Amino acid sequence: MSALLIAEHNNKEVRPFTLNAITAASQIDQDLHVLLIGSKADEVAKTLAGVPNVKKVIYVDNEIYENYLAENFTPVIVKHAENYSHIICSANTFGKNLMPRVAALLNTSQVSDIIKVISPDTYLRPIYAGNAFATVKSTDQKKCITIRPTSFDPAATSGGSAEIVKGEAAEAFQQIKFIKREEVKSDRPELGTARVVISGGRGMQNSDNFKLITAIADKLNAAVGASRAAVDAGYITNDHQVGQTGKVVVPDLYIAVGISGAIQHLAGMKESKIIVAINKDGEAPIFSVADYGLEADLFEALPQFLEELNKLNTIQK
Amino acid sequence: MKILVAVKRVIDYNVQVRVKEDGTGVVTDNVKMSTNPPDDNAVEEAVKIKESGKGKEIVAVTIGEDKAQETVRKALAVGADRGIHVKSEGVLEPLAVSKILQKIVEKEKPDLVFMGKQAIDDDCNQTGQMLAALLNWPQATFASKINVKDKSLEVTREVDEGLETIEVNTPAIVTCDLRLNEPRYASLPNIMKAKKKPLEQINASDLGVDIKSRIEQIKVEEPPKRKAGIKVASVAELVQKLKNEAKVI
Repeated sequence: MSALLIAEHNNKEVRPFTLNAITAASQIDQDLHVLLIGSKADEVAKTLAGVPNVKKVIYVDNEIYENYLAENFTPVIVKHAENYSHIICSANTFGKNLMPRVAALLNTSQVSDIIKVISPDTYLRPIYAGNAFATVKSTDQKKCITIRPTSFDPAATSGGSAEIVKGEAAEAFQQIKFIKREEVKSDRPELGTARVVISGGRGMQNSDNFKLITAIADKLNAAVGASRAAVDAGYITNDHQVGQTGKVVVPDLYIAVGISGAIQHLAGMKESKIIVAINKDGEAPIFSVADYGLEADLFEALPQFLEELNKLNTIQK
Repeated sequence: MKILVAVKRVIDYNVQVRVKEDGTGVVTDNVKMSTNPPDDNAVEEAVKIKESGKGKEIVAVTIGEDKAQETVRKALAVGADRGIHVKSEGVLEPLAVSKILQKIVEKEKPDLVFMGKQAIDDDCNQTGQMLAALLNWPQATFASKINVKDKSLEVTREVDEGLETIEVNTPAIVTCDLRLNEPRYASLPNIMKAKKKPLEQINASDLGVDIKSRIEQIKVEEPPKRKAGIKVASVAELVQKLKNEAKVI
């Protein structure tokens, strides 16, 4: 049997995490089909057909799918699920919202947020916010799997030529209405996908001092994060919170400034490739996970850091 | 509106979770347990709706061993009216939990079911959506703002791109984000009063649902340890290391 991947898109473009999920899905089953549910999303269908790992694109085109609602997508997926051994999508807010609704109707116990495919029925997934890794084997006939996007490379989008076939729509669900989507307009990258993240903790002392952080974030094209302590103290809004109860981030570079390193914060960032800690308390637990630790007063270190970064640019130019 | 709130007992979020040496799970003996943090937000929101005059009765439900009752008692202490404890042993997968909750919903007939968006132990993020599917109800997941209307809710959801607003007709499921509200602390007199509130016990095995495990846990292990890092003496050295050694800037 084949695997069916559910695409996330905005009717114009494929959302990037779908490409990471395609990589994982093709490790589960090489005969990978993609289900595209949308409205006037022909361009998206073409993009998906161009992904070399994709063998077939099933395109369900209907105006009721202009805005994504799990209630409307689910019956379409269930209708198409019959011929597939695995139903797969990305474990971002799209897939997290959608897949359990599908799994329950298929009477399948879903495996969420996998970070490695061990075999077609066995996967590695983090539990306790990454403080433990569980190897799990699904015994269900039909498996529903969501993929942690940052654990897989995105699939290439050129070189493939999958066939595009039309799929059947389902009835619209009447008990829900889409009202609006407000996209956060920020010049900075999203916290969840940024290559560099710089976070401030209680050591920042007040919200005004976060300017020292944002200046460096602008320089490095980084997202701005914060510890729960900084959020609780009101220095910054909680959409910046990194940690077990906030966002889990896996950037190439994570810079923790004035963050002592509480367990719940470490759970949200310790998988980062390179970790830098700047803290005046040399005994702070954050140093135990840092690749590079600088024991210094952040109010002296941050302006110097910016200055050094500026110098680098001058050299490069 | 009648609101059913589901709460789960988990290892407290401040505890450093340790993996058992035999690889069968994590250490839970003599470890501080608490209500799953976003479940506290779910309880708080239900209580706020009741205080605004739009909520009638709040029923708190938990599933698990005897000690899971603590989470229901905590919900009763901050304002839930009565509690239900569905007794079960061992770990239940979200599909099993949602099947049990479906039975409770059929019995209690609430207008709304609230719960946290995710439990911080298994990190599955499934139960609310699965329950919504089984009941064929709409689902408002990752809610950060709720506006209660006559026979519907307007819910703002936290999504990757920003915020999304939907309107769901009741009955509906809402899974709560940490941003939804600031859970209150129970006062000592209310904790005492909560001990007198009714708490019904039901055996999961009496509900006639299939709660068998479908996922075999082969092993649980420590995540790979980070290699020890170094301390740098100055900002200049740090920047040089990041550029030339780590090559990340």
